[in-house]
Amino acid sequence: MGEPLLRAEGISKAFPGVQALDRVTLEIFPGEIHGLVGENGAGKSTLIRILAGAIPRDAGRIFWQGQPVEIADPRHARRLGIAVIHQELSLLPNLTVAQNLLLGREPRTRWGLLDRRAMEQQAWRILHELGLDLDPQAPVGSLPFAQRQMLEIARALSENARLLIMDEPTSALSDREIHRLFELLRDLKARGVAVLFISHRLEEIFQIADRITILRDGHHIGTFPITEVTPSAVVRMMVGREMSEMFVKTATAGTEAILEVRDLTREGVFYGVSFEIRRGEIVGLAGLVGAGRTEVARALFGLDPVDRGEIRIEGKAVRIRSPLDAIRLGMALIPEDRKAQALFLSMALRSNITIAALPRIAPLGLLSGRRLDAASQPCIRHLDIRPPRPGIPVRHLSGGNQQKAVIARWLLLQPRILIMDEPTRGIDVAAKAEIHALMDRLAREGKAILMISSELPEILGISDRILVMREGRIVGELKREEATADRVLALAMGGLHARAA
Amino acid sequence: MRGLRDFLGRWSGGLVLLALWLALTLMTPRFLTPSNLLNVALQSSILAVVALGMTLTIISGGIDLSVGSVVAFTGALTAGLMVRNSWPVGGAILVGLAAGLAMGLLNGALVIYGRLVPFIATLSTMAIARGLTLVYTRGYPISGLPEAFTFLGTGDVLGIPMPVLVMMAVAAGISLLLNHTPWGLHLYAVGGGEDLAWLSGVRVKRIKGLVYGMSGLLAGLGGILLTARLWSAQPNVGIGLELEAIAASVLGGASLSGGYGSVRGTLVGALVMGTVGNGLNLLEVPSYHQQIIKGLIFILAVGLDQLLKTGPLSARSIPMRRRGAS
Repeated sequence: MGEPLLRAEGISKAFPGVQALDRVTLEIFPGEIHGLVGENGAGKSTLIRILAGAIPRDAGRIFWQGQPVEIADPRHARRLGIAVIHQELSLLPNLTVAQNLLLGREPRTRWGLLDRRAMEQQAWRILHELGLDLDPQAPVGSLPFAQRQMLEIARALSENARLLIMDEPTSALSDREIHRLFELLRDLKARGVAVLFISHRLEEIFQIADRITILRDGHHIGTFPITEVTPSAVVRMMVGREMSEMFVKTATAGTEAILEVRDLTREGVFYGVSFEIRRGEIVGLAGLVGAGRTEVARALFGLDPVDRGEIRIEGKAVRIRSPLDAIRLGMALIPEDRKAQALFLSMALRSNITIAALPRIAPLGLLSGRRLDAASQPCIRHLDIRPPRPGIPVRHLSGGNQQKAVIARWLLLQPRILIMDEPTRGIDVAAKAEIHALMDRLAREGKAILMISSELPEILGISDRILVMREGRIVGELKREEATADRVLALAMGGLHARAA
Repeated sequence: MRGLRDFLGRWSGGLVLLALWLALTLMTPRFLTPSNLLNVALQSSILAVVALGMTLTIISGGIDLSVGSVVAFTGALTAGLMVRNSWPVGGAILVGLAAGLAMGLLNGALVIYGRLVPFIATLSTMAIARGLTLVYTRGYPISGLPEAFTFLGTGDVLGIPMPVLVMMAVAAGISLLLNHTPWGLHLYAVGGGEDLAWLSGVRVKRIKGLVYGMSGLLAGLGGILLTARLWSAQPNVGIGLELEAIAASVLGGASLSGGYGSVRGTLVGALVMGTVGNGLNLLEVPSYHQQIIKGLIFILAVGLDQLLKTGPLSARSIPMRRRGAS
C-alpha cells in the first residue's frame, strides 16, 4: 500500500480519573476509508481530538506523510491537510455558501478589494467539481443539515485536505442523504483522499470502509481489512471485557406499576414508546447515542411536548406540560450533563441541595444559612458527600460528589419516580460503585427508577429490566437474566445480520 | 412563515419608518414639507455617523457604550484647542479625531488584552471620557468658535447640509469596507463565530481592536459635527446617545448577538430615531416627555429584534447535547 498518510503510534492520553487512550496505534493510507469503532468511552473522540490538534497527547508519536509532526492546534492540522467534519458543523450561518468556502483566502482585485465575481466563480467551480448543486449566494443558515455537511467537505477538499476525519457523519442524515454521502466518499477515495470514518452503525462501516480499527477502554484491540472480519466478530471485540465492576443488587421489584407510559410519540424524535416501571424497580434504557433515550426522558419530565400518548402514575392518567407539573407528580430528572443542566457551580453545596425545596424550608420566604445547613446536612450525611461542608462551592467537589449533590436535591422532594440520564458519566470507578449502591438503596426504599446509560456493564449490572431503543423506537425488552452485552448491542445497532457485508 | 420572518427581520426598520412617516403626515401638516424633511435628515445625520461605528462593534458581537461620552469629549477638545489655544481649525479637528480614535483603541485594547467583556470595557471608558470632558471644560460650555468650523455643522453645499454630506461620505466608506473588502467579510465571520473565524485564518484580535478604534473615530467625528452645529461645545452633550445609536443599529437589522448588520439598515434606523425626535417636536411634546417615548421606541426596537428572530412562543432552551441537525 506504500507509505501511510498518517501514522500515530503509541498514543496515550489520561484525563483525571480515567486513562482515555493507552498506547493506541493507527495507520491510514491514501485513498483508504478507515472505520473506527468502539463503545461510548472507548477513546474514539479523544483520538480524533488529538489528531485534529484540539488537545495535546501525553505520549506517542505522529507521522504525517512519513515525517514526524507536532500538531499544535486545529489551524495547524488544517494546514497539514487534516480536516475534521464534526457533528456540530463549523460553518458560519450568517455568511453565504461562497463566503464560507473561501473565508480566509478570498480572491482580491488589484486594489485589494474583495473580488466578488471571482469569489462566486471559484465557489461555483469547487461545488461543481464535487457535483454539489448549491447556490453560492445562499446563506448557510438556511441550508438543511445534509447540504451543510457537503459544503463542509467541499471546503476541506478545496483547502487540499488529504485526510477527512468524519465523526458520526450519518447520524443526522436520511437514507438517501447517506447514499449520496457514500457516493461522494467513494469519489474522494478514487482521488487518493483518505477518510477516517467514525460511526456507531456497523452496517455502514461494512458498506464503505476498507479497513476497520476497534478500540475498547482506550486500548487498540485490532485493525483488520473489512473482508476478514464479520460484524458479530467486531461486536465481540468491542464488548469483550471482563465485568470488572461489581454490582451488588439487593432490591427486588414489586408488582405495582408506578409509572406507565403508553404509545408516547413525539413526531420526528420518538414513536410509540410504551413501558412501565414498578415499585422498587430499576429499568435500564439502552441504545446508541441519538437513539432518542434522552428525548424520552425530557418529554416525560415536561421539557418537550409530545404529540400522542398517555402517561399514568400509580394508575392515574396525568398530563405533564412543564417540569413543575412533573415535580408535583413526584418525578425527578437527574440530567445527563450535570454541570450545564443541574448544578449552580459557583453556589454552595447547601444551596444546591435545597434550591428545589426552598418553599418547604422557608415557609415565610426568609432563609438563613443555619436553616439551609439544617436542611442539607442530613442529605450530606445520608449520601456521604465529601467533604461534608455545606458551605463549600460545588465546583470544588469531585464529579461523583457533584452527582450526589444533584441526587440529594431531588431526594429532599421525596420523589416516587427517578429518571437518571447517564448517572455515572465522567465519574471515577470508586464513586461509580457508590452511586450504584445508592440507586440500589433507593429502589429498596420503593422508588421507581428509569436509568439511561450508554455503559453496557452498568446497564447489565444494575437493571431489573432493559429496554433497548433504536432510531426513536423501543426495539426490544430483555429481562435481567436473559440480557447479555451481545444481545443488547445487537438490538441497539440493528440490522447487523440482515445487511452484513 | 420563515420567509415572512426573514423579510420582517430584514426590513423591520423600513416598515417602522414608513409607518412613522404616514402617522406624522396625518397628524400634522408641517411634517411632509421639503424643509422639514431636510431637517429630519440633518437631525439624523450625526446620529447616523455615530451609529455606523456602533454597528461595526455590534456586527463583531460587541457593543460600544462610550460613544456618547466620546462625542462630548472630542467636541470639547476640538473647541477648546481653537478657542483657548487659538489652534487652526484643521489642526484642532485632526487632534479631535485622533482623540476619538485613541479612546476607541483603548476600548479595543481593554477587550482584547484586558479580556473585559465589551459592555464593561466601554462602560468604564464612558465614565472616563465624560469625566475628562467635565474636567477639561470645568463644566462650562466652550463657545466663540470660528466660522470656518461651524460651517461643518450649519453650512451647506448645493443646498445639502454639511452634516448630511459628511454622513453620506462615511456611509459610503463603511459600506465599501463591509461589502467589498476582505476585512468586512472577516468582521462578519468574527461576529458569526469567533473560534470558527480563527480556524479559517481570520485575525480575530486585530479586527476586534480596529472595530472599536473605528467606533471611537466616528464618535469623534460626530462630536465635531455636533459642536459645529450647536456653535459651542457642551459638556453634557451626547448623554444617552449610545442608546439611540444601538436602537438605530438594531432597528436596521443588526443583531446584538453578532454577525448581522448593514449600513443601509443603520441609516434607516437613524432616520427612524431622527423622525421620532422631529415628530415629537412638531407635535410640541415637552422635551422631558420625549425621553419616555424614546425609551419606549428603544424597547420596541430591541423587542422586535428578539420577536422576529425567535418567534413569540419559542421553547425554553434547556441545553441539551445536540447531535447532528441544528
